[in-house]
Amino acid sequence: MRITLLLFASYRDLAGTGSVTLELPPGATAADAVAALRTRAGEEPGAVHRLARLPPRPALAVNRRHAAADTPLRDGDEVALLPPVAGG
Amino acid sequence: MPGWITDRPLDTGALLQRVCGPATGAAVLFVGTVRDHNQGAVVIGIRYEAYAEMAGAVLQEIGAEAEARFGARVAAVHRVGELGVGEASVAIAAAAAHRAQAYEASRYVIEEIKVRLPVWKEERYDDGSARWLDGARPEGQARH
Repeated sequence: MRITLLLFASYRDLAGTGSVTLELPPGATAADAVAALRTRAGEEPGAVHRLARLPPRPALAVNRRHAAADTPLRDGDEVALLPPVAGG
Repeated sequence: MPGWITDRPLDTGALLQRVCGPATGAAVLFVGTVRDHNQGAVVIGIRYEAYAEMAGAVLQEIGAEAEARFGARVAAVHRVGELGVGEASVAIAAAAAHRAQAYEASRYVIEEIKVRLPVWKEERYDDGSARWLDGARPEGQARH
């Protein structure tokens, strides 16, 4: 299945992009999507070093709702990595 | 309950009008503004960024909770983009029959915004540097 991974604020700066399309196997979870991002970054010089500064378990949203890391994904889902929020 | 994200300057008077009606006995308008200092540094502006498609829904959810808990009418808006010192970044209007409900609803909304709303800010300093501020790990539900 294919999902879209969104990155915001400091996480986007670390990744060098705000949006990544990932191919994941059936049964993959939101945590698997984050792992796939790290793997993919490993193929780009410099990116893996920056992404090492992502926390091991970043806060996540799936389809615009706060979600746990073990949330199962479906084709077309939108997963977002949310840095610590600082509104107001 | 109205809640949304905008890249335009906030019209706080219009926000207040949205929640006031014949049954209103007290209305509170909270406005968060960009200040010129933080932790000893001189701040010249803040860039706000939102996961806008999610943040609008979260803001409405927080406002609906406040309305249910405190019997108030609530409207809230958060601005994104480049803001200068003194500009309003967030505005919350709360109206109720009595002042305690309006104050408590207003306070509830801003405290929940701080821990749940997917919005981030990058402070800009007078030496040309900039920094994303550390905040709260976003949580899914109300903690109260």
